[in-house]
Amino acid sequence: MSARLPAKGLAVLLGCLAVWELLARQSVALAAYFPPPSQVLLTLVTILASGDLLGHVAASLSRFAQGYAVAGALAVGTGLCLGLWRPLHALFEPLIELLRPMPSPATIPIAILFLGIGDEMKVAVTVYACSWPILLNTIDGVRAIDPVLWNTAATFRLGPWQRFWKVVLPAASPQIVTGLRVSLAIALILVTTSEMVVSNDGLGFYILDRQRSFQIREMYAAIVALAVIGYMLNRLFLGLDGWTMAWHKGLTRKEEIL
Amino acid sequence: MLEVRDLRKEFQPLSGSTVVALASVSFRVAAGQFVSIVGPSGCGKSTLLQCIAGLSRPTAGHVLLHGREVTGPPEGLILLFQEYNKSLMAWRSVLKNVRFGLENRPGMSRNQIDAEARRYLELVGLEGFEAHYPWELSGGMQQRVAIARALVRRPEVLLMDEPFGSLDALTRIELEDALLRLWESLQATIVFVTHDIEEAVYLSDEVYVLSRRPCQVIEEIAVKLERPRNQLTTREDPRFIQARHHIFELISKEMSRA
Repeated sequence: MSARLPAKGLAVLLGCLAVWELLARQSVALAAYFPPPSQVLLTLVTILASGDLLGHVAASLSRFAQGYAVAGALAVGTGLCLGLWRPLHALFEPLIELLRPMPSPATIPIAILFLGIGDEMKVAVTVYACSWPILLNTIDGVRAIDPVLWNTAATFRLGPWQRFWKVVLPAASPQIVTGLRVSLAIALILVTTSEMVVSNDGLGFYILDRQRSFQIREMYAAIVALAVIGYMLNRLFLGLDGWTMAWHKGLTRKEEIL
Repeated sequence: MLEVRDLRKEFQPLSGSTVVALASVSFRVAAGQFVSIVGPSGCGKSTLLQCIAGLSRPTAGHVLLHGREVTGPPEGLILLFQEYNKSLMAWRSVLKNVRFGLENRPGMSRNQIDAEARRYLELVGLEGFEAHYPWELSGGMQQRVAIARALVRRPEVLLMDEPFGSLDALTRIELEDALLRLWESLQATIVFVTHDIEEAVYLSDEVYVLSRRPCQVIEEIAVKLERPRNQLTTREDPRFIQARHHIFELISKEMSRA
């Protein structure tokens, strides 16, 4: 079943591409702003080979990496504190609940005011947007630790640090990883959006710039590149997740059977 | 060696009046004894164990271990829980769970800890399962892991909170005998809480019968049956049947008390 599913999924994907190809080839006028995928792919190879796109990819990935890393450290740290210390959480909960649902791109103008239009601004909005899923999942993960586990740590006389490293962190880790995975896509969204608002490099800038100068095939090629990057980052993450969280996958599978 | 003196524990619920879980509980346990505590369900048996283990502060009264007041989890005493699946660390293999029992013991090398953990896994009959995760094992085997993790610390006192309560009858019988063998060879003191009267009589030197809430000891029954005990002959012994009969009457009188 699971072995056949990707093959079927792949067939649907190829089918869509074929329909796109056929539709786009119906008229030259249509192909001007809706080029067939074969041409988009050719353009992608060309701009990659000429080195034209690589600088933009590197700029975007660098912002992504900085923003994601800072958000991860900041939100996991804050989440652990808030999860462990209830009075602190009660203090900050209303603020979190107010800020969290606000669409993150709304912070871009504020970030421009304070940080200008450089990398700092783009990294800052990425950090802001990525932090929420990581923060909330970390808090939940810590608070969901069973009292029996706390009591086990106590009866074995674990000190505060040992309790943190040997119990809290591993017990909350599946939830933390879930937050990190959700934030992966969000980071890419915010990097692209902020580059579209104001930038002179990066994939977001490149896509919008090529659209404005009516280089439609280049625009599509860069979008495809972005999609592939997103896909590969997710695959990379799932690989790491499957490796470090194998115990949790086994445990939840067991619970499903029972 | 272990003395509980006039122990009183009150809870203050969010709404309503104070709940007195323990009214005034007193008893002494001599070194090397196997003592069981039985009582109607909800009478505060678990609260009593948590107070003895230093996990919960009594409202009044004292717990003395070797004449010294217990104010926090004391060295040389381990509380073992009924919920082995919550108490064991799902992210650690069976061996690493047992190692956990010694990891915060100063002055032990990794190799020494490893050797001790393997020795105790063998004692509880789990050699060959070192690399498994706890959730891959049956309930009875998981509780064996928890017992090995507790015993590897060589506690003087082992408190057990309905450890076999969620296991099926045959597994229970197996673990009762395994526990008695371990107790005899390791010469620990065991305080065993159960709601199973027969189990209490079968295992113990002394059975303490608790009243309904607010809880106190209503009778101490000495069980003068030879060891090693035997699931068939011990349970058929007239003294066994007499003790069971007596305790059953005490508890059913308690339960029917308005």
